[in-house]
Amino acid sequence: MMPSRWPVWLLLFAAVAIEIVPLPEGLAPFRPPWATLVLLYWALMWPGRVGIFTAFGIGLVLDVAEGSLLGQNAFVLAGLAYLVLRFHLRMRIFPLWQLTLSVFVLLFLAGFVNLWIDGIAGRASFGPGRWGPVLSATLLWPVVMGAMDRVRERLERRDRSFA
Amino acid sequence: MVLDHRGSYLEEARRQLAAAFYPVQQAINAPFRASRWLSDSLASRDALLAENADLRRKSLVNDATLQRYAALQAENARLRALLDSTARVPDKVVIGEVLSVEMDRLHHRIIVNKGQRSGTRDGQALIDAQGVVGQVTRTAPDSAEALLITDPDHALPVEVVRNGLRTIAVGTGNRNRLSLPYLTRNQDVEPGDLLVTSGLGGAFPAGYPVGTVTKVDDSRGDAFRDITARPAARLDRLHEVLLVLPGTSRVAADAELAPPPGLAAAPVRGAAPPPASPASEPAPAPAAPAATPARAPVVLTPLPRRPPADAGAASEGTTAPAPPVESAPALPSPATPAAPSAPGAPGGDGATAEGAPAGGEDSAPQPGTSPAEPAPATDDPGPQDASTGQEPAG
Repeated sequence: MMPSRWPVWLLLFAAVAIEIVPLPEGLAPFRPPWATLVLLYWALMWPGRVGIFTAFGIGLVLDVAEGSLLGQNAFVLAGLAYLVLRFHLRMRIFPLWQLTLSVFVLLFLAGFVNLWIDGIAGRASFGPGRWGPVLSATLLWPVVMGAMDRVRERLERRDRSFA
Repeated sequence: MVLDHRGSYLEEARRQLAAAFYPVQQAINAPFRASRWLSDSLASRDALLAENADLRRKSLVNDATLQRYAALQAENARLRALLDSTARVPDKVVIGEVLSVEMDRLHHRIIVNKGQRSGTRDGQALIDAQGVVGQVTRTAPDSAEALLITDPDHALPVEVVRNGLRTIAVGTGNRNRLSLPYLTRNQDVEPGDLLVTSGLGGAFPAGYPVGTVTKVDDSRGDAFRDITARPAARLDRLHEVLLVLPGTSRVAADAELAPPPGLAAAPVRGAAPPPASPASEPAPAPAAPAATPARAPVVLTPLPRRPPADAGAASEGTTAPAPPVESAPALPSPATPAAPSAPGAPGGDGATAEGAPAGGEDSAPQPGTSPAEPAPATDDPGPQDASTGQEPAG
């Protein structure tokens, strides 16, 4: 009996909501992509249930929230989810620093694909907002991971007690 | 993505998603709104009284200014009728609240809580109490997305109030700065010059303040000057904006094609009796050159001495020749019908005599419109392609 999925959905949705909370002017370019981080975590830990389609759905919501091309975030997040699913067995046994590094690489790739898409669409613009989120997200990954671990443990324990 | 970029096939889908997402945006906005409400409701009585008194004083001053404004507007409409340029109809506005929701990290965009149900349309201009804010780029049933004028992808046509020099203000990505990259060294711009929308391109109604020139830098050793301006609107602390309904200014443009009396009567209605005489003045003109009703409005323009106004616009030499060519053959014909009407009504004569210098003095806004005059046809498609205002700067 696998734990139910709705808490994860709730978390993902909350992450999208937090992502659009305005930050002070100076910090705004470094606004971390919370939804992406949460999604990466769950794809890594529960690969059977949080996968490419979940990523696509969250991406669509993000597209609407951020006003990007409809499908841009969905495509990028689906790609990320694919990579995580493909390598999740390897990544799970990484020590934290190595995992953080691989998250950085993944986010950097995502940023590059985003830049690519923006460039094709003729909306590429450069600025701190382009790579700032990659930096802040990498720095925040251990924090997110710690918090999500707690949630996951609790969910799994509850499920075990039900079973 | 391709579908979204290439066509508007997905607009409806996006609209539905945006409508579904709107409650979330509202929820995010709620704490910010609550804190504003809290600080409002916790204000002390003294502070409120002081503010009340202050506002009352301001309102008094504004009312006094408005009284003059009505007269000036009437005069402006009269002069414009004489010059046969598009009358400026007061624009209709809808007040919208800016949601405290951040979008993209790369663009300056905001979400306003007025959507299609409130009549918001794509391309509509947004202003606040101080000046132009941006324009609507996407609409959903209850919300709309707007691009700020400081976005690096945004450009808007402006003119310098002091001399009517027209150019384009481009966003820089910094909320306190606009750039004017297309002015050459010999063009007259100084720090402190006020920029207003010129209304060319049709996306923005003319005459709203855009910003003040802060720096003019020639050190780049280039043919073009480095000019920066500070937006008039407080773009970093927007709470409420006015959505200007674009329909109104287009109606004015259409009215130009209608017979002149209709044009003269519409804007003048709210004004005092004096405009009655100019309103009757355009009437004889079409009657005189009966064969060429299309040219009739043009005929009127030479009467109130256009040359001074054109001299002011001499920097735009390209369009100046056009009206005289038309007016030269036309002059003799209206001279006869206009002459009897002028002595017939001394008041009307006084009005035209006054009109000439006033036109010269007022010429700052007029050069902006006069070049558009020979080609009203180009002015008309303007509003349709609202995209002109946001063409990529690069």
